[in-house]
Amino acid sequence: MSLRIVVTVKYVPDATGDRHFADDLTVDRDDVDGLLSELDEYAVEQALQISENSDDDVEVTVLTVGPEDAKDALRKALSMGADKAIHVEDDDLHGTDAIGTSLVLAKAIEKAGFDLVVSGMASTDGTMGVVPALLAERLGVPQVTLLSEVSVEDGTVKGRRDGDTASEQLQASLPAVVSVTDQSGEARYPSFKGIMAAKKKPVESWDLSDLEIDAEEVGLEGAWTKVEAAAQRPARTAGTIVKDEGEGGKQLAEFLASQKFI
Amino acid sequence: MAEVLVYVDHVDGAVRKPTLELLTLARRIGEPVAVALGAGAAGTAAALAEHGAVKVLTHEASEYADYLVVPKVDALQAAVAAVSPAAVLVPSSAEGKEIAARLALRLGSGVITDAVDLEAGDEGPVATQSVFAASFTTKSRVSKGTPVITVKPNSAAVEAAPAAGAVEALQVSFSEQATGTKVISRTPRESTGRPELTEAAIVVSGGRGVNGAENFAIIEALADSLGAAVGASRAAVDAGWYPHTNQVGQTGKSVSPQLYIANGISGAIQHRAGMQTSKTIVAVNKDAEAPIFDLVDYGVVGDLFDVVPALTEEIKARKG
Ligand SMILES: Cc1cc2nc3c(=O)[nH]c(=O)nc-3n(C[C@H](O)[C@H](O)[C@H](O)COP(=O)(O)OP(=O)(O)OC[C@H]3O[C@@H](n4cnc5c(N)ncnc54)[C@H](O)[C@@H]3O)c2cc1C
Ligand SMILES: Cc1cc2nc3c(=O)[nH]c(=O)nc-3n(C[C@H](O)[C@H](O)[C@H](O)COP(=O)(O)OP(=O)(O)OC[C@H]3O[C@@H](n4cnc5c(N)ncnc54)[C@H](O)[C@@H]3O)c2cc1C
Repeated sequence: MSLRIVVTVKYVPDATGDRHFADDLTVDRDDVDGLLSELDEYAVEQALQISENSDDDVEVTVLTVGPEDAKDALRKALSMGADKAIHVEDDDLHGTDAIGTSLVLAKAIEKAGFDLVVSGMASTDGTMGVVPALLAERLGVPQVTLLSEVSVEDGTVKGRRDGDTASEQLQASLPAVVSVTDQSGEARYPSFKGIMAAKKKPVESWDLSDLEIDAEEVGLEGAWTKVEAAAQRPARTAGTIVKDEGEGGKQLAEFLASQKFI
Repeated sequence: MAEVLVYVDHVDGAVRKPTLELLTLARRIGEPVAVALGAGAAGTAAALAEHGAVKVLTHEASEYADYLVVPKVDALQAAVAAVSPAAVLVPSSAEGKEIAARLALRLGSGVITDAVDLEAGDEGPVATQSVFAASFTTKSRVSKGTPVITVKPNSAAVEAAPAAGAVEALQVSFSEQATGTKVISRTPRESTGRPELTEAAIVVSGGRGVNGAENFAIIEALADSLGAAVGASRAAVDAGWYPHTNQVGQTGKSVSPQLYIANGISGAIQHRAGMQTSKTIVAVNKDAEAPIFDLVDYGVVGDLFDVVPALTEEIKARKG
């Protein structure tokens, strides 16, 4: 038996950089370095663990939809241990919304062939946390999402989902879409050997025509949502800062009382 | 007036506060029609009517508890077909966002998540979002189909606005996908008796500076003196000092209380992402250079083991 895992990984602007919007109200990607979304490292890690724990022949493919530089995100995932990579790149993708992104990813996943899709819980830029559910809907397979623990055995995926009011044990038959949280286990660091090996691993490049998607279905024009304005949040006015010299607790209580919290 | 569907988040008929907030926002756009699903659905009607629901569509079936997300999408889709609403509003929980996205895709509609405000606009509802760790505020709208929008807790004040709240049974036929992901078991979370983190008016949080699970008692005592919820940084959660359900930040809960008190928390961008929109921010940290001080309305540079117990005592004394 063989198991084909596709891991979706997003290339995002570094959250510790000064992120802002370009004139067309899309994310400015020129001023801040990009990287593999840290939350997708957990997805790569779980895919690799599923592979390592399996008696089957497992192939782990990492997939990204993003600009030229997004190859860096794929390299990082390959150096962690993924087998091959797919990069969907097309100028017409600029400004695509979540629904459009899920269309491109779903077509690419179908073209690649899959038994299991593993995604992160959310990107670190859009942070919507909806793409895995959208992929399940588009692919017509079960969604087993937001797992803090995941395992695959005999064509079944199982996992634990820790929600607001309860913790649930979930189960579905493959093929399926899984997303994993940052509670699923530390992601490994690429080893030097891994980094060298990654250079030789195949990276396929597909554009919209390879996926039989019309340009009008994606990009800013094809988006079903429209950003009309973006404004930097005004900096908070400098607050009062006191040094505790024995009275800090009392002073703080005084402040809270002045604000009517006590 | 146009109808607006509001998805009801409830536990066995007890409506959670974010849904009542949605009813306030829905009234700005049209007449709220609530959709309540699963065990106890009909029991929600009184609270929903009290807050402005003109109609409450209910459907009880075991599928909602036994399978993940999709049965709820099927039901909302049936409700949209029955009502033809001007918009669909869903609370921004992890599950709420997944439901909203799948529904939007089925309807051929755009989806907006994590709105913090909502107004009527010439071309449909306009949503305010707080993005990039709350450093930017955007205004967006859905430009195709029936707008599907998820709204964060604490985005509007709950207002009483009595309406008919007539209960009607919703007809739902489940799709083939509905039973795809089985919930094998469910362990409900034990209540601490403290307010729900995302709904609390005051949140008191502890970070790595708290230095041990047992020391969280100091944080809890302060929280209890204020009737507050307890939060934690990821460093404290990863160290096993406090449960992940209490984590505040990008991969935890995002909170927007009247007052946030950060104790022994440095203020990393991922933590700020979850608390930066709090109305008043207070921090206790022994490092005067900690980035959290850039955000505060009031900060104490000092050892939390001195400052926090003293604060708690003072609050108790003042409250008598
Ligand atoms: C600040 C901001 C706000 C936005 N708000 C909206 C909105 O309200 N509505 C809307 O429709 N769009 C919105 N977008 C656009 C949307 O974020 C993108 O279309 C995005 O690619 C999909 O959503 P996400 O990044 O939030 O992904 P999430 O749903 O948070 O991502 C979950 C997982 O899906 C996978 N994934 C997501 N994108 C990709 C990709 N490009 N390549 C590979 N894997 C991927 C990853 O595994 C990721 O961990 C917003 C973007 C930004 C930057
Ligand atoms: C993808 C990703 C997602 C993340 N998501 C989250 C998230 O959701 N939430 C989150 O919080 N973090 C998150 N993080 C982690 C984040 O980057 C920080 O590592 C974390 O917030 C640090 O926690 P801390 O402030 O408690 O610890 P530290 O940064 O170690 O700070 C501890 C602070 O305590 C102070 N201190 C120590 N002792 C005392 C004392 N006795 N009295 C007073 N002050 C004292 C120190 O001066 C210091 O400022 C995420 C990181 C990544 C990469």
